[in-house]
Amino acid sequence: MDLGYGTEYEAFREQVRAFLGAHWPPPDSNPEGSRPADATPDQIRSFRRAAVDAGYLYRNIPRRYGGSEQEPDILAAQIIREEFGSVRAPTELTGQGPQMLAPTLLERGSEWQKEHFVCKAIEGEHLWCQGYSEPGAGSDLASLRTTGVVQDGEWVINGQKIWTSHWKRAQYMFALVRTEPEASKHAGISYLLLEMDQPGVEVRPLRQITGDSEFAEVFFDDARTPEDWIVGERGQGWAVSRSLLRHERNMIGSANRSAGLFRSLLRLARKARIDGRPAVEDRQVREALAAIHGYVETQRCSSYIQLTRELTGRDSGTLGMFNKIGDTNIGQEVSKLAQRLLGPESALAPRGQPPGRTSGNEKWMNQFMGSLGMAIAGGTTNIQRNIIAERGLGLPRDSAAAKGDES
Amino acid sequence: MNFDLSDEQLLLEETVDKFLGTECPMTRVRELFDGDEGYDEAVWRGLGEMGVLGLHLPEDVGGAGLELLELSVVAEAIGRHATPGPFLEHALAAMAIDLGGSDAQRERWLPQLATGELRATFAIAEGPAEGAAAGGAEGSWRPEQWQIGDGAVVSGEKRFVPHARGADLFVVGLRGGGFGLVESAASGLATERVEGLDRTRRLDSVRFDETPCDPLPRGAEVANRVLDAGLVLLAADAHGGGMACVDASVEYAKTREQFGVKIGSFQALKHQLADMAVEIHPTRGLVWYAAHAFDHLPDEAPAAAANAKAHLTDRFVDVARRTVEAHGGIGYTWECDVQFWFKRSLFDWAMLGDPSLHRRRIADLLGW
Repeated sequence: MDLGYGTEYEAFREQVRAFLGAHWPPPDSNPEGSRPADATPDQIRSFRRAAVDAGYLYRNIPRRYGGSEQEPDILAAQIIREEFGSVRAPTELTGQGPQMLAPTLLERGSEWQKEHFVCKAIEGEHLWCQGYSEPGAGSDLASLRTTGVVQDGEWVINGQKIWTSHWKRAQYMFALVRTEPEASKHAGISYLLLEMDQPGVEVRPLRQITGDSEFAEVFFDDARTPEDWIVGERGQGWAVSRSLLRHERNMIGSANRSAGLFRSLLRLARKARIDGRPAVEDRQVREALAAIHGYVETQRCSSYIQLTRELTGRDSGTLGMFNKIGDTNIGQEVSKLAQRLLGPESALAPRGQPPGRTSGNEKWMNQFMGSLGMAIAGGTTNIQRNIIAERGLGLPRDSAAAKGDES
Repeated sequence: MNFDLSDEQLLLEETVDKFLGTECPMTRVRELFDGDEGYDEAVWRGLGEMGVLGLHLPEDVGGAGLELLELSVVAEAIGRHATPGPFLEHALAAMAIDLGGSDAQRERWLPQLATGELRATFAIAEGPAEGAAAGGAEGSWRPEQWQIGDGAVVSGEKRFVPHARGADLFVVGLRGGGFGLVESAASGLATERVEGLDRTRRLDSVRFDETPCDPLPRGAEVANRVLDAGLVLLAADAHGGGMACVDASVEYAKTREQFGVKIGSFQALKHQLADMAVEIHPTRGLVWYAAHAFDHLPDEAPAAAANAKAHLTDRFVDVARRTVEAHGGIGYTWECDVQFWFKRSLFDWAMLGDPSLHRRRIADLLGW
């Protein structure tokens, strides 16, 4: 057992550090400011370009589409994440375009689609949103009813999507649409790309439990998109939506996020007071913190095993299936302890604009409510339990879901 | 970066697993559970012959010179098979002598402890049965709480001593936080069996009355380290036992039929089993990390050991309780094997201090 990276990789780490030393913070920026927020968009863009040229970002994307086209190397990718993170340098863009669409197009898109969309998605020039869920198609996504038919060389789309994030600024959407009404449930779906700014698309923000509107409903009324803006063949959309390149998967990202959340809880416990003393000195609070720490450490160590097995090719079995529920549970336990620490102030509504800039206690009640979203987004905890039970533990398949898949 | 068992460690795991499964199957566990002594001499000798009892001891005293991680792999297998016997206390006693003993003490005892020809136990907790009045309800597991012993003789009582009856040697926690050696033939020594819930690990009370004792010269220096090892081994046992609980529950759900179908097709039960798996499956790394830290990351080792013990033994109790429930009526009977793990979970939880105690230690150790 060895938790080090070895001399070869430590040399690589030195290279990354030297690169960062020369490029971040940007040499022409205010020397006091080292956060991405303090750099101008132009500075961030040119930093990213330099990092791509050096081979540190978008490593699995070919150069001709704007990536740095490196051999997959999980440890190198991990070191890059660590070093970029430690100086808070900009990393790869997040969001649906770079993280969902680009890998999907690389695997299943046409040459024209790759040329037109991948580079602009990863550079942030095009912002994408996702059109998967519908009011009647959540966990049972394949029962979606939004239709697409070809008329005069264009797809004409009708129906409704929901839980569309990044709706405020997205220019494009990738959507699952039923195009083969005669085919069975999963085989009737196609993966289409479309422009948001057109008469047939109406976006209505959805006000969520926190009061913010991160998500929207999207209505299609004869929305149109070119016939060749389909990814994969007609009726293959279900499979296309599930093809995500697994290169350099970040095995320990979510564990690190949980650890970060725990550290902020610890800060709250030092700040909050019980009987005139810092709450962190209270016996019950200390035990409660340590109990959550047990879960956080469990996720961290489990991620080390999964990372190792990606490297060695040994099967990590069911271990990956537990990550999401594990992190969701931590988020909820952290929130509940934060509520206790806030005391009566936890009854106050979170305020602050923009939402990301809320400070102090408000932030915690957003976290308290946001942690509920973790149990729903990207597959509910209950669906995750089904997956663990059926695929992980080998229990019989749910008869209703099994029947649905056959139809 | 390699956070996984090596081929040699996997082989060790497989060998021990196969040995316990063959030599001490559940039918034999049951006989021992219901029997008088609570362990099988033949299994004990077999473990000794395999070198398992001296894995962590240096080669110059007949050990294998390996680390706590290897010993944890064995503890996990024992937990999985619910193997009755004095593994934990023997390992800790030998470690205390190895780390804290003089050359003469090491040479005198370790070669025979490594093979299992002699059997040792580990006597630390004290205090009256009322507990709360003395060391608190959590017991006196920590070195600073030990009271008995005065130079070359000890007088007083040690409680929760595993398999003291028939042990050849006692490693006893002394006032000042060190250890002393007491031989079973020593004058003034009396053991009394206590009815423990976990009959796979019998408990005794041990009384000393002006009993001759041979202190370990560096006992006080190494006491915390030996206890850390114990915490990791208990966590490893809990992981093995917890995994066995999930396996047994899943197996039962795949076999048992009600309403004309396997009960494992009911979503309510599936979710219960999935939650049990979520609790225990990912914790293996926590045990490995604590074992690895014990030998390689000294600054992190104490908190990692406490964390593994607190987290794993809580999870084990929780999973074992739900295992009884998942088995329905049969799970509530003496005839069902589930009770072995259920009761082992209670032992793992209590032995060397409960999770609350160790969580407060974690908070101290991490400077919160």
